[in-house]
Amino acid sequence: MAYIFQQALNALQLGSIYALIALGYTMVYGILTMINFAHGDLFMVGAFFCFIIAVYLHLSFIPTLLLSMMGVAFLGVVIERFAYKPLRNAPRVSAIITALGVGLFLENFTLALSPYPKHIPPLLTNVTWTVGSLSLSSLQMIVIVLSLCLMLILDFIVRHTKAGMAMRAISWDKTVVPLMGVSVNKIISLTFAIGTGLGGAAGVMYGLAYPVIDPYMGIMVGWKAFICAVVGGIGNIRGAMIGGFILGGVEIMVAAFLPSTYRDFVAFTLLLILLIVRPYGILGKPHPQKV
Amino acid sequence: MASIKTACYTLPAHWHTLTGNKYFWPVFVLAGLAFCMAVDTFDFVDLYLQLILIYVGINIILTVSLNLINGYMGEFSVGHAGFMAVGAYIASLLTVYVFPPGAVGVFFPLAILAGGIGAALVGFLVAIPSFKTRGDYLAIVTLAFCMIVKSVLENIDAVGGPRGLLGMEKLTTLPWVFFWTALSVWVIRNLVYSNFGRGVLSIREDEIASDLMSVNTRQVKIIAFVVSSFFAGIAGGLFAHALQFINPRMFDILKSTDILIMVYLGGIASISGSILGAVIYTILLEILRPLGIWRMVLMPLMLVLLMIYRPRGIMGMREARLFTPLRDLVTEKLWRQKKKEAPDATD
Repeated sequence: MAYIFQQALNALQLGSIYALIALGYTMVYGILTMINFAHGDLFMVGAFFCFIIAVYLHLSFIPTLLLSMMGVAFLGVVIERFAYKPLRNAPRVSAIITALGVGLFLENFTLALSPYPKHIPPLLTNVTWTVGSLSLSSLQMIVIVLSLCLMLILDFIVRHTKAGMAMRAISWDKTVVPLMGVSVNKIISLTFAIGTGLGGAAGVMYGLAYPVIDPYMGIMVGWKAFICAVVGGIGNIRGAMIGGFILGGVEIMVAAFLPSTYRDFVAFTLLLILLIVRPYGILGKPHPQKV
Repeated sequence: MASIKTACYTLPAHWHTLTGNKYFWPVFVLAGLAFCMAVDTFDFVDLYLQLILIYVGINIILTVSLNLINGYMGEFSVGHAGFMAVGAYIASLLTVYVFPPGAVGVFFPLAILAGGIGAALVGFLVAIPSFKTRGDYLAIVTLAFCMIVKSVLENIDAVGGPRGLLGMEKLTTLPWVFFWTALSVWVIRNLVYSNFGRGVLSIREDEIASDLMSVNTRQVKIIAFVVSSFFAGIAGGLFAHALQFINPRMFDILKSTDILIMVYLGGIASISGSILGAVIYTILLEILRPLGIWRMVLMPLMLVLLMIYRPRGIMGMREARLFTPLRDLVTEKLWRQKKKEAPDATD
């Protein structure tokens, strides 16, 4: 029983990281109906920012996290401005391919600058408490609590602020919103900043939890987070959170009770079954085609 | 239809020189095959160059076949590397373990064909979810399929697991690559311009409308997926016997991304574009090799710039006259004439 509870904690940790990344996918999708395939690599850049700041600037955890988030958010806005904005009226697929290209560029650029995997120094002293037969590590708690806080803040921004209202309005109807005096470009930049900033935060936390980072780490995690976003119903913020925790749970539980090499196989098979049963994700609403 | 026949004679003379000549393609293919055989027997071309040509051929097969789904049918499949993996493993297992070691060369085409058929069967399974799901959700289905294939291969110890499979002879020669490339281009080009191909295009434009026009969309989707994955399997078999070593990691999502880039670089819904895309991408990567890792930085940058300034790729939604049937050239010309005479008339 304690074993299951222990694994549940691990699942929460992994799931919250997936959820943070999935939020970035789903926010960008909701507002631009475009899949930002470079998002997984922005997550990787976040981990590398964390490494640079921790090693060369010797800052403590909170400033490192904030600086990394800001750096990644800035990078996200720049990418949107120079790579995606010219393609806003182009065929959708061109934007997707551009995103793939941007992702490859980020990966290989980082690889060219840092060919060997890097090790993030411990930013926090890890304390382990033992409760009964259960061991709680402070690092795990921080990752889980911090990501939950970030998600709550995001949920608040989207639901209760003017900017959030504008985001929801744009995802509802792109043509009418500018007529209401909303600057669409600013809102899109803001969405990118928030979404990629969350990805950067996920990168920092991933770097804390699994300290060895390499330029290709964003690919697999990014695609998996994208799957989380789709499982929850892409474009739906709460769906992305649920999807993240589901995938984290499935992966950890499979690794806990089956040989760990079966992890991807089981996770993706479940995903296929889910998509066949509910083609629009858990919280997504089907869009009936009208004739 | 008499008007189309007579209109053929009104086409500019230089349009007839290549496209109108029914002997052009057979002669071209036979000459190419003969040249490849000569290269293979007399070895007067650098081995390195031969290897690049082999990769160009394999990439053309992959790109043209993926274009059938992503370009002509308008779906977004990212699982092409998975089909390739199935073909590569089936063909390699056959040549390594099943066929008599002395006569492997004779059975090689059979092994490749078996790989293609195996991939086609898997493609049939992937086509089934495409009845209900479209767009991004179908992309996820194909992505998940690609990862499942990789994961399954990693877990089967009989095929080497994560270590991969060794022991293939170098059976992929230039003539074979040329043969399969020509075959795939020929089959897919003819499919696209056939009655069935119109069905594929109609699904891209509007699935419900094509249903109403009595296109059997399910059947069309199944055939498109089966044909596309068949050729991906063929390419996988050729790839395995050119490299003589395969492991599951070679067929992961990065490989799919490579193929996608070639398709969209060349342009969707264009056979000539796919060929151009595969040739340019493969050769450019080789030319830039002296740059080391920086070529992998430069290539995506060029792709992004291309997408910004030419969002449809090099030949997007256009076709070289060489690949367009005369009938289509004529109808297009007639349509243009009509527009010129009465610009406001609606068809």
